[in-house]
Amino acid sequence: MNAAVLHAPALQRPRLRFDAKWLVIAGCVVFVAWLALVPLGFLLWQSFLTPEAAGNAARFTLSNYLEAYSSLETLRPLFNSLVFAVGASALAFTIGAFFAWINERTNTPFKALFFALSVIPLIIPGILFTVSWILLGSPKIGIVNTILQRLFDTDIVFVNIYSMTGMIWVDGLHYSPMAFLLMTAALRSMDPSLEESALMSGASVPQVAWRITLKLAWPAVLASLLILFVRAIESFEVPALLGLPVGIEVYTSAIYQAIHRYPSQVGLASAYAVTLLVISSLGIAFQSRLSRQTGRFSTVTGKGYRPRAIDLGRWRYLTAALFIAYLGVVVVLPFLVLLWSSLQRYFAAPSLEALSHLSFNAYRTVLSQDNFGTVVWNSLVLALGSATIIMLVTSVIAWIVIRTRLPGRQILDNLASLPLVFPGLVLGLAIMVCYLALPIGVYGTLWIMLIAYVTRFMPYGIRTNATSMLQIHKELEESAAMSGASWLMTFRRIVLPLLKPGLIAGWIYIVIVSIRELSSSILLYSPGTEVVSVVIWEMWQNGQYVELSALGVMLIGALFVFVLLAQWAGRRFGVAEA
Amino acid sequence: MLNVSGLHTEYRGADGKPVKAAQDVSFEVPRGMLFTLLGPSGCGKTTTLRSIAGLERPTAGTVTADGRVLFSSEQGIFIAPNQRNFGMVFQSYAIWPHMNVFQNVAFPLQVRRDRPGKRVIDDKVMRVLAAVQLDHLAARDATALSGGQQQRLALARALVMEPQLLLLDEPLSNLDAKLREAMRFELKRLQRELKLTTIYVTHDQSEALALSHEIAVMNEGRVVQVGSPREIYERPRNRFVADFVGTTNFLDGAVLSAKGGNGCCRVSTPVGMLEVQCDDTPDKDTAIVVSVRPEDVELSEQPPDPAGGYNVCMGTVTAKAFLGEYLDFQVKVGDHTLLARAHPSLRTPVGDPIHIRMKADKCIAIRN
Repeated sequence: MNAAVLHAPALQRPRLRFDAKWLVIAGCVVFVAWLALVPLGFLLWQSFLTPEAAGNAARFTLSNYLEAYSSLETLRPLFNSLVFAVGASALAFTIGAFFAWINERTNTPFKALFFALSVIPLIIPGILFTVSWILLGSPKIGIVNTILQRLFDTDIVFVNIYSMTGMIWVDGLHYSPMAFLLMTAALRSMDPSLEESALMSGASVPQVAWRITLKLAWPAVLASLLILFVRAIESFEVPALLGLPVGIEVYTSAIYQAIHRYPSQVGLASAYAVTLLVISSLGIAFQSRLSRQTGRFSTVTGKGYRPRAIDLGRWRYLTAALFIAYLGVVVVLPFLVLLWSSLQRYFAAPSLEALSHLSFNAYRTVLSQDNFGTVVWNSLVLALGSATIIMLVTSVIAWIVIRTRLPGRQILDNLASLPLVFPGLVLGLAIMVCYLALPIGVYGTLWIMLIAYVTRFMPYGIRTNATSMLQIHKELEESAAMSGASWLMTFRRIVLPLLKPGLIAGWIYIVIVSIRELSSSILLYSPGTEVVSVVIWEMWQNGQYVELSALGVMLIGALFVFVLLAQWAGRRFGVAEA
Repeated sequence: MLNVSGLHTEYRGADGKPVKAAQDVSFEVPRGMLFTLLGPSGCGKTTTLRSIAGLERPTAGTVTADGRVLFSSEQGIFIAPNQRNFGMVFQSYAIWPHMNVFQNVAFPLQVRRDRPGKRVIDDKVMRVLAAVQLDHLAARDATALSGGQQQRLALARALVMEPQLLLLDEPLSNLDAKLREAMRFELKRLQRELKLTTIYVTHDQSEALALSHEIAVMNEGRVVQVGSPREIYERPRNRFVADFVGTTNFLDGAVLSAKGGNGCCRVSTPVGMLEVQCDDTPDKDTAIVVSVRPEDVELSEQPPDPAGGYNVCMGTVTAKAFLGEYLDFQVKVGDHTLLARAHPSLRTPVGDPIHIRMKADKCIAIRN
């Protein structure tokens, strides 16, 4: 190379200019702080106010809390919430942990296939899962009861889904895949040689599983149980659809009832919501402390051990059969029930007679509804919009938290993760209260729903982005700076492309959960801004079971296709597994 | 060309307490020189380099290049790294995995404010790639390169911007031994051809000795000696430098008399009275340390010529190790064991007596 070329006079650019970097960073910080804190403040404030009525301004009061906690009668939601959440999380955990162990540690046939299939239940929205179990287990119209009654020619009610047991069964079953994924991750990070040495010491397979595996995985077990508990206590669809008709109130359904009473008692709802918030915050705080301490229990050695599968002998056909049965109950059965129902004119249990009435009428009705296009459009705009906004904003937040030494960056991380403790319904309520009070004209528009979605799913974005940011060597950015690139240029051309696998995985996940979202939307929608899940809810209230089923079948189909497309795109563009 | 003076840099450690990484670091790098910062890990050499690059913000001091102030704590000046026009090769190479070889090198040209036209960029990139012999791989995925090729790619990316100063942060440490040696010559050739002022950071003393015009040895955040490779090796100014650069024998001693002329003085040591090299004339009875390199401890089975300018004594071979190119002997003289490096042809068995001869100007007196 020519030395003279390299010694061309260096460009002098000494003046300090205002850096666009700070504008972007400040914007993102304000954005996150506003979303996480302002609605929370309004919720607290509202819980100390009397109901506002014509000519009667709201004033300060403690009566909301008094009403919520003064008598045994009003303490019932607390009791019900705890029973429900403990039951549902225990059931989900038992099922999930059992199958996780089977999948990770035994030689059950078709394990790999089962693992791939176990993600499918997550795309069935909670409301559809609940409805399908009502269609199966309702005392009057439930398929199980009608078929058994027909078979034995009696009027006895065999199963009643409208009960605490029914609620726990449906909710626990619906979230067992989540427990499965949590426990699979825990088992994978464990050094199997610890179990093998127990086996060599003469312990039997159940002894090893109980005395070594479970004990070693104990912090992960506790953390998973807490996550499942918090999730169950936030659950809205199951308690609302199964509990309310027979008067079993939990916090979420009590909040919903208080708002939909006339006159609506936002203050009482807020008081309930604050309690719910306290319970879920305690759960999350305890869980994150536990995860931070797991260092002590750390069992990852980094040695390249592959777990030796435990030979179950002939029992392995039983475990495989159990897995198939489980998938049947969690995926196939609910979907088939919806499919059957959607092909009827009026809901009826399967029979030869009903078989002759098959029609696509319900699909026609749904598709020809006036607002069908608007509803689908709303859902799509909200899902794609919130996923995109969240992933971009949290990428900047993750960068600040991980790359800079700005004071208070940990607080920023906590702020972005704060909405994790908001149950969907509480978040909806807080945002409703907030933007009713702030006259900036978003109430009753699609914007308020977008705000709710972005707030609610922001924690997923920050977690995904922070994890991928940790894996990007800091020198990759520094070398761009040395090459003369500005911060914005480096972010756009180096950081974002390197984050891409995580960005896309997080984006896909947020799109799916946004489309399923019901508990925030239910408090925020107005005529014209309904989303698909809200329409399903309305159809249920109107008793349009077959139309609901048709819409549900189409929704599940669309989500399924979306996931397949996303996986294909992931492989095509070199994205790591979501 | 580059002037660093009174540089202090701190950063927060894992426990949140400030760690003083560089303290009062000052040096001057003339144009076209390869200047090395040498020291053990944690000595502050990388922090110093990063402070020059602008990737760390020093707490005090000034950095100027060609008269342009890049950092000055007094004047409150801090030029951002992307405004400095310094090329840098990182220890990890920092090759962007989402770009191919050509795109990696083109990046510095594409992001500058006065972005040249596509033809100019193509031309410059291909010329730099040719200089590091990667032109045939321009379209290859950067991640598909071998370690040595990645190293050259990182170098090409730093050179393409025609930097005022080239910063190299342990660029050879990720390569295997053979490749490291080859790349050492390659780097030296390129630097000498381009006459590009370069700052090189390494903990490998042989690398530093082989490549540099000048070396600054650092320890615990401070520069302890600056000099040419020969000065650093043959005239270490303190115990740390003598110990860190090369292998050496230390003999504690006390000055008997300054003999005057040539900086010689007599010192009593555990191996007897020695004539040693002193930089100044120390007072009688000053406690000093004498450093003798093992290759300067000459062994022979026959008594050596008692010529002037040599220290002679007798010892017993206590152990030896055959290392191929040479033989390491441990020789006991009195209560002290000396390490000596001899030609493999010397076959004195363990337990036998042996004659020792050390040239006076190779015995270096170091103040404690």
